[in-house]
Amino acid sequence: MLRRSLLALIALVGMLFLSVPIAVLALRTFETRAWENLQGSVVPDAICLSFITTALTVVVTLVFGTPLAYILARWRFPGRRIINVLVELPIVLPPAVAGLALLLSLGRRGLFGPLLESADIILPFSMAAVVIAQTFVSAPFYVRAAQVGFQGVPRDIEDAARVDGAGGIPLFFLVTVPLAARTLGAGIVLTWARALGEFGATILFAGSLQGRTQTMPLLIYNILERDIDAAVTTGLLLVGLALVALLISQWLSHRPDDADPISGAY
Amino acid sequence: MLLSRLLRSLFSLLLVLLLSVGYIATPTGAQEENNTFVGELVVFAAASLTDAYEAIAEAFEQEYPAVSVLFNFGGSSMLATQLLQGAPADVFASANVRQMDVVVEGERIATEPEIFACNRLVLIVPVDNPAEIESLDDLANPGIRLILAAPEVPVRVYTDTMLSLMAEDPAYGAGYQIAVLENLVSEEPNVRQVSAKVALGEADAGIVYLSDVKPGIADDVIALPIPDEFNTIATYPIAVVDDASQPELAQRFVDFVLSDAGQDILVEWGFISIRESDRSAKEESEPETTPDAVPEPTPEPEASGSAK
Repeated sequence: MLRRSLLALIALVGMLFLSVPIAVLALRTFETRAWENLQGSVVPDAICLSFITTALTVVVTLVFGTPLAYILARWRFPGRRIINVLVELPIVLPPAVAGLALLLSLGRRGLFGPLLESADIILPFSMAAVVIAQTFVSAPFYVRAAQVGFQGVPRDIEDAARVDGAGGIPLFFLVTVPLAARTLGAGIVLTWARALGEFGATILFAGSLQGRTQTMPLLIYNILERDIDAAVTTGLLLVGLALVALLISQWLSHRPDDADPISGAY
Repeated sequence: MLLSRLLRSLFSLLLVLLLSVGYIATPTGAQEENNTFVGELVVFAAASLTDAYEAIAEAFEQEYPAVSVLFNFGGSSMLATQLLQGAPADVFASANVRQMDVVVEGERIATEPEIFACNRLVLIVPVDNPAEIESLDDLANPGIRLILAAPEVPVRVYTDTMLSLMAEDPAYGAGYQIAVLENLVSEEPNVRQVSAKVALGEADAGIVYLSDVKPGIADDVIALPIPDEFNTIATYPIAVVDDASQPELAQRFVDFVLSDAGQDILVEWGFISIRESDRSAKEESEPETTPDAVPEPTPEPEASGSAK
C-alpha cells in the first residue's frame, strides 16, 4: 500500500511538472485578458503566415512522403534500414543544426546555392524557406506513421483487389490508402503540429520578418521583450492548436476496431 | 565549453589547495586575498560583448583563481526580460542605457550603473559584395537583402536613430528611410546573428557594431563606415544585480571591466574605451575634473577593505 502511494506521489509530481507551466500560461492570459491589449497587425500576420506555411508543409509532406513511406514499408532492398534511419534523423536533430544544414545546402553560398541562383531562386529569408524548414523537421513524423500504416494493410486484401482487376494507382488510392487512412491521418496531424511549433531551423534558415517569415513561434521570441501580452496570447493559441492536434492524432490512432483493419474497411 | 570551465575550476581549486598548503612560494597579499573568493559568477552580457567579455573573464579568472565566470550572452532586451522574470545573475552589462533602465526600474539592480565602453555602428557587406554596396546611399537600392536586429535590441535602436537622422537630412530625405526598410528581409534576435548571416553571404548588408567585425569574420565581410553625423555612439552600462550571490565579487568584476586591464581588452576587441572618451571630454570642456570621474586603475584591495 505504501509502495503504491509512493508511486502515485512520484507520478503526481511528474504530471504537475508537465502540466502546471501550461496551465499558468493559460491563467495568465485569461487573468490579464491579454488579447484585449493586442495592437497592430503583428499577431494576425503571424497567425496567417503560420497557417499558410503549415498547410503547404502538409501538402509537400503528403506528396513526397507518401511514396517514400510506401516504398520503405513494402519494398525489400539493401540499405533500407539505413534510409529509414536517415529519414527519421531530423526528428531527433537539434533544430539549430537542421537550420544550419539547410543554410549550408540551400543557402545562397550553400552547395545548391549557385544552381538555384542561376534559376533566380534565393531561398533564405523567403516564405519558401519557412516551408522548407518546417518540412525538414516535421515530415519524418508522417513518413514514420505512414510506413506503419502501410505495413498494417494485409497483402491479401490488395491481392484480392488485383484478382478483381484493380491495380496500380487506383488500387493504391481506393484500397491501400483507405485501409491505412487512420494512421496516415494521425501522422499528418503530428507533422502539422510539429511544423506549427517549428522555431530553431526557421530562424536560422528563414530569418524573422513580419508577414513574410515571422511565424507564431518566431513572433513569440521576437516580441517577448516588447509586448508580453502578444507573446502570451500567441503562445496560448499555439498550445490550444497543439492540444487539438494531439487529441485528433490520439483519436485516430487508438480506436478499438483499429486493430482489425478488415472489419474497419468492409 | 561547460566541461572546459569545469576542468578549469577544478584546476583552480587544486591551485588554491596547493597555495594554502604553502607548496608555492609565499603569494602576495593581494593574491591571497583574491583567493578568498570561490565559486561562480554569472554575468548577463549583450551579445556584442561576447568576445571581449570572454577575454576579460579569462584575465579575471587569472586574478581570482578560484572563481569561474559564467556568461549568458544575448540581445540586451532579451536579457532585461529574463532579469525581470527573476533570472539569477550577478552582473548585467547592457548595450544601451535604455535596457539597463528597464532593469533598474524593475528593481533588479543593486549598484549605480556605470558606463564602461562605447561602440560605433558600421555597415557590413559580404566580402564578394553581391549587391555592390559602396556606401549608405546604396542601402536604398531596390532588391537589396538587408538584415537588422529586432526592434528593442540596442543595435536596432541605434540604427533607427541613424535612419531618422538621415531622413531629416535633405541629401537623403524621408524616402530614403522608407526605401531602406523596404529592403529588410529579417529581424534577428541579436546583433551577432546579423553579423553571422552577412558573413555567411546570405544577406547583402547588415548594420552592426564596429566591434562585431571581429577576427573570426573579418575576412568574410567588408566594413563600410557610417558618417559621424548619423552615427550615434553606443554606450554600454554595467551594474551589479540586486540579489547577486556574491555582491562583493560581482563588484570586483565590474571594477575589473573598468580597470586598465579590462579597458585594454575591450579596445583590443574594437570597443572605444571610456578612458579615451573621458580624457577627450576632459580636454575639451572641464580640464580639472575630480579624479573619481576616471575609473580607478587598481581598486581591488582598497575597495574590499571599505566594503567590509
